[in-house]
Amino acid sequence: MSKKPFSQIVTANALIEGDVIYFTAQSTWSRDIADAELFTDPDRANAQLALANSDQSVVAGVYLVDATAGEDGPEPVHFREDFRMTGPSNYHHGKQAELS
Amino acid sequence: MYTYNDFDEAFVRNRVEEFRGQVERRIDGSLTEDEFKPFRLMNGLYLQLHAYMLRVAIPYGTLDSAKMRQLALIADKWDKGYGHFTTRQNIQYNWPKLTDVPDMLNALADVGMHAIQTSGNTIRNVTADHFAGAAADEIEDPRPVAELLRQWSTDHPEFQFLPRKFKIAVTGSENDRAVTKAHDIGLRTVRNADGEVGYEVIVGGGLGRTPMIGKVLKEFLPKADLLPYIEAVVSVWNILGRRDNKYKSRIKITVHENGIDKIKELVEARFAEIRPQFSGVDQKMLKAIVAEFAEPDYKTGSVDGYEAARLANPAFRSWTDTNLAEHRNSEYAIVSISIKKHGETPGDASSDQMRAMADLGEKYSHDELRISHEQNVILPHVHKSDLLAVYEALRAADLATANIGLISDIIACPGMDYCALATARSIPIAQEIATRFDELKLEHEIGQLKIKISGCINACGHHHVGHIGILGLDRAGVENYQITLGGDHTETAEVGQRAGPGFSADAVIPAIERIVETYLEQRLSADEPFIDTYRRVGMDPFKTALYPETKAKSAA
Repeated sequence: MSKKPFSQIVTANALIEGDVIYFTAQSTWSRDIADAELFTDPDRANAQLALANSDQSVVAGVYLVDATAGEDGPEPVHFREDFRMTGPSNYHHGKQAELS
Repeated sequence: MYTYNDFDEAFVRNRVEEFRGQVERRIDGSLTEDEFKPFRLMNGLYLQLHAYMLRVAIPYGTLDSAKMRQLALIADKWDKGYGHFTTRQNIQYNWPKLTDVPDMLNALADVGMHAIQTSGNTIRNVTADHFAGAAADEIEDPRPVAELLRQWSTDHPEFQFLPRKFKIAVTGSENDRAVTKAHDIGLRTVRNADGEVGYEVIVGGGLGRTPMIGKVLKEFLPKADLLPYIEAVVSVWNILGRRDNKYKSRIKITVHENGIDKIKELVEARFAEIRPQFSGVDQKMLKAIVAEFAEPDYKTGSVDGYEAARLANPAFRSWTDTNLAEHRNSEYAIVSISIKKHGETPGDASSDQMRAMADLGEKYSHDELRISHEQNVILPHVHKSDLLAVYEALRAADLATANIGLISDIIACPGMDYCALATARSIPIAQEIATRFDELKLEHEIGQLKIKISGCINACGHHHVGHIGILGLDRAGVENYQITLGGDHTETAEVGQRAGPGFSADAVIPAIERIVETYLEQRLSADEPFIDTYRRVGMDPFKTALYPETKAKSAA
């Protein structure tokens, strides 16, 4: 099986609200996955991960996760990240309510 | 009901202020997330997928109307107007802001509640039979002892950094409604040959990755020895329990690896050492606690109106058939309020519903309410002449679903809709099963059937002990659901057997339908519940129904 090309984003939870945020190319945080920087170079990804992690008074639980390039920006690969960028399925709460 | 004394009050308030300081230091950057995490967990605060989650202890599931109203107020003021009742008789708020949590904890302290030790490697909220103090089959109310254990375990200096979490459950009845055999320690109130009341101590039960039914460590423990003995058990495990591998750290593994006889020997030795240190203060305190759990001042009156209403109103009759349990006072009934309306999230109640239940508890149940581990709310002491009024009020609050113990009365963990540990969703599966069987109008015909759903191997949804258990997993990036059959959470506890390969989210509801059809075909009569049929006929007919292709292939 051929190895998939490296394609990841940095995500975390905001420290105060706890909601899902993404690290942008400008090294800032956005609530919208479309603003996330999609890394294809593992070295750049790790460097930005370290930078994101240094933002301890703003964020919690920073990590790198697989994403693909979509029409409007990065899109999640795994269903867990799909739920994170949407919100729970039993109520119209979370991002699906806030970003619409 | 136990009310806080000055010591409790000061302790809880101090803890709130201590946590407030920790939150401030986290926000100003003096504490990193890694440093802060153990502090927030000690106070019940998790970080989940979309937000923080605050888990509030409802000790042994007992509440009064003031506490329930305060839970509603907290839901409105700092969350999204609802709360989620859990299988440890707790309530969880899914959307608090970090900066609001100290105020939420302070609001809890106002009514004698807290979130201490609802997480972390400590002794967790002690659970008890939700019918305690009301059940007809009870030897003794288990709640005073549960309260004594709560006080003893809270901030116990020896037990703040245990190998892993530690869960204790107590039941006062022969019928085990507290799942004592799936706890680190389960206590069953029993009588010895001389008629004295004591405890059977069960150790090493648990669900999760390695499900185990607890083993009897002590057949009869005199009441006065309870604290030193339990302290000896936890102490032995604290030394022996594995800290090198968190999957092997629970006491069930310690018991399994060392054998029950070795554990018994060590516990007895430790008990002999510490028993003399208990001067009897604990028994004095217990006596005072017992007085706070005095039986209510029961009213007496005619119950004829109740029988007449049952005859006249079929919907009321159906609700009384499923949602009432026998009270020790024959003029009274125990009411289970279903928080499992078809299509809704199991265990979720809105703030309006909480207030409606608080009103009913105050007016009709001697100001008592309970949360069951099955995620329902109980009015433990309702005079039968009041049942129609209670039912009408429940209808008005959209809480009159007549399904206790039936297929739609499902335990479901929050799953991947909220939980950071989950591998799949559980709530939508529960909603779909309930909706489907409601459409089929079959659930009363099916009778007693417990479905329990967990969204990961940690088994918060008790799937191993469901008659039908469903475990949500991630199979190559797709939600997949494994089915187990034959689990039992009662005094005849058993871990269910895996039926075979898992099902996709689309295929799991039809699979449950095939299991139920098979049961209806196989049962001897409508009086034979699912679990009895399963025990009589075994897995084979269900397997054939679940995997027809496999059977056809092996026959060819």
